[in-house]
Amino acid sequence: MDTLLDARGLTKRFGDILANDKVDLVINKGEIHALLGENGAGKSTLVKMFYGSLEPDGGEILWRGKQVAIGNPAAARELGIGMVFQHFSLFEALTVVENIALALPDPGKMAELAKRIESVSVDYGLPLNPADIVADLPVGIRQRIEIVRCLLQEPQLIIMDEPTSVLTPQEADLLFLTLQRLASEGCAVLYISHRLEEVKRICHHATILRHGKVVSECNPAKETPATLASMMVGADVASVSAGAQKPRIGEIRLGLSNLSAKAATPFATALNSISLELHAGEVVAIAGVAGNGQGELFDAISGEMPVAQEMIRIDGRPCGSRSITWRRRQKAAFVPEERLGHGAVPGLKLSQNIVLTRHATGDRLTGGGFVSTARANALEKHIKQEFDVRMSHDDPEARSLSGGNLQKFVVGRELDRRPAVLVVNQPTWGVDAGAAALIRQALIDLARSGSAVLVISQDLDEIFEIADRIAVISRGYLSAADPAEEMNRERVGLLMAGGAEAQGEVA
Amino acid sequence: MRLELVKRKERSKTMALLSPVIAIGLTALAAAIIFAVSGHNPLVGLYKFFVEPLTQQWSLQATIAKATPLVLIGCGLAVCYLSNNWNIGAEGQFVVGALFGSALPVLFPEFESGATLPLMLIFGAVGGALWALIPAVLKNWFNTNEILTSLMLVYVASLILDYLVRGPWRDPDGYNFPESRLFSDAAIVPNVFGGTMSLSTPITIVIALILAVVLAKTLKGFEIRVMGESPRAGSFAGFSAKRLTLFAFALAGGLAGLAGTMEVSGGLNQLLPTISPGYGFTAIIVAFLGRLNPIGIIIAGFVLALSYIGGEAVQSAMGVSNKIASVIQGLLLFFVLACDTLILYRIRFVSHHAPAGEASHV
Repeated sequence: MDTLLDARGLTKRFGDILANDKVDLVINKGEIHALLGENGAGKSTLVKMFYGSLEPDGGEILWRGKQVAIGNPAAARELGIGMVFQHFSLFEALTVVENIALALPDPGKMAELAKRIESVSVDYGLPLNPADIVADLPVGIRQRIEIVRCLLQEPQLIIMDEPTSVLTPQEADLLFLTLQRLASEGCAVLYISHRLEEVKRICHHATILRHGKVVSECNPAKETPATLASMMVGADVASVSAGAQKPRIGEIRLGLSNLSAKAATPFATALNSISLELHAGEVVAIAGVAGNGQGELFDAISGEMPVAQEMIRIDGRPCGSRSITWRRRQKAAFVPEERLGHGAVPGLKLSQNIVLTRHATGDRLTGGGFVSTARANALEKHIKQEFDVRMSHDDPEARSLSGGNLQKFVVGRELDRRPAVLVVNQPTWGVDAGAAALIRQALIDLARSGSAVLVISQDLDEIFEIADRIAVISRGYLSAADPAEEMNRERVGLLMAGGAEAQGEVA
Repeated sequence: MRLELVKRKERSKTMALLSPVIAIGLTALAAAIIFAVSGHNPLVGLYKFFVEPLTQQWSLQATIAKATPLVLIGCGLAVCYLSNNWNIGAEGQFVVGALFGSALPVLFPEFESGATLPLMLIFGAVGGALWALIPAVLKNWFNTNEILTSLMLVYVASLILDYLVRGPWRDPDGYNFPESRLFSDAAIVPNVFGGTMSLSTPITIVIALILAVVLAKTLKGFEIRVMGESPRAGSFAGFSAKRLTLFAFALAGGLAGLAGTMEVSGGLNQLLPTISPGYGFTAIIVAFLGRLNPIGIIIAGFVLALSYIGGEAVQSAMGVSNKIASVIQGLLLFFVLACDTLILYRIRFVSHHAPAGEASHV
């Protein structure tokens, strides 16, 4: 096989941290090459060096056998290296063709570019209407724009950073077809993903990073997700057991009835008469593609966005317009999607971040208006031990923790209260396999002990792992929550793609 | 060779303390250059400006008297800035507070009792608070930018003062000079410690200490810090941003108004068209130089007060315009804000070529 990119001994250091330590990586033409690793293993650092946004401190990159210095992204594109980012860089107020023109060095006439976009996009099974305004397009289509933008530059290597995290299973299937087509034409793909099932399905080769070093390489088709995960983590990952214990369903703890709310901003999603009953003892999961009202639903349940009193009940008591503090006093607990800046204050110590959500919940953290530092410190130590939160020194600022560790802390802070109702948005987003298993097991254990747990997640593997019932949110409508054993990926996918809307309107 | 800013994982405590010291050093350096360029011996200039006022009792007393309003206003502003409310209008709140406080001795000169002064101080605080609530309410209801509204109200306040002392509140026995009648003895802040210090100073220190405890130890202080750093997390904690905006502005305005009243009844003893050499603006520098911490603000207030006295000193001794004081104050704020970058970033020297632009933001 022809070698396209050959990286030898790439090293990158940030201060005291060795983000990449003598990484060797070979990518061949026509190969879909998976780059796997836990958060912080150095995947992003590595691809940023290929894409010219970081400069290696050591080692060399050979492109088609010749040593190259990739000084910036423009140089990378010139060589034929394109990248599709996890977070899109599109202007919502502009049309598809305008967005693509902005990214090209020499866009030419708009009308001609529009034609080229149409033909390339149809050709690769990613149809786009160049005149559409980006703000009106769903996330899956927006990603298509990024991919088509990349394809127009006729790259020989496309780097994709978690491309399927925002797609429905059906949209992901389409993407896989495109990738396979590209590979058959000789284009190489460097594919970063946490979803081991899909890596196994489409990738020809996998390189696994741990702590900045290459720890193994394999053919993912010959592995199982479990063996891939243990290569990433360096140990066997405990499997989560939900099915072992059938839930004993109790009374309704959280009730949503005809929960509706207007969109607060042009880019927010309206909630449309959402109804759901959450019983003691069960885990209900809400699946859905990002940006379909999950954040708004969370804010309404937590009380950050007040709604009509009768729309929400906690243990039978109406509380739609009550404050978040009142709801916490009813033994409800909330974990938002964004850890830093919503769930925790970046510049405050962890102990102070405990005060953030627990100052009014009878944890003796406050008395006479004063905050008890001693009590906060004690709780911090306890949570740190209980949930294996790793830190470089005692009680650091929240911003210094890695994503996974901070998530363990933020979830642990609420679980430690043994809440009666727990609402979690994206409990393991960006968290490595080991920590994710720990968090998921803790959620199940909490439900089995008699609490009601609502999990909002985009990760279908996670949902099928832990949920007793599954509902799907789409454009602010929620489908009925059906028992997990009656659901499958295909059905969830159809509901994600708009089926939930139809069902929600009837309901 | 090139400098690169590298983000620290956590705030550097050393730098938080060192930054104002470095800033003062850089300011002194810049001041020396200014002295040299304008044809004076820089060392003599620096000595007259920064050191000599500390060597004589009268100038030390004058410095403390000037530091008092700066510290009081600065403490209130610190609460505003910590909670992300950009109150730039303390000068106006100072003036309106002085007007409210003066209403009693100007309109009812016969009312002389033990209650006169306390009532004046209360009125002054209330007046400043009400004036400060205008930008706060506008921010909450109409989403206006409080920097602009609070700043514009400074000029409104000065013009009201100007109108009153030239019109309705002019001293009937004052030969048409634009000034109010002199306050009665009951309306004057007494001196303490053998007449060396106005009672305003111990009042200010007590308020600063109380505020220091509130900010460091109480849930209210916690709320203020959380809201300033991360409003979204603050609302998740159950705090109301709007209520806190009202609280912070009212507190800052109240303290500025109190300072205004104590200034007119503790030194001037009457209203004049101009009652402040820009205390409300200088207090902004005091608040930042003092790390938005009341104890730090006491020290910073003293440093900035020194610049007023030092400006007068170099004017009389060396013939340098006393505008040098404003220049030095401005430079100081500039350097403090610049040095604060080092709290969250450290400087790295990079000797070899690296890609432009995109390297530093990682």
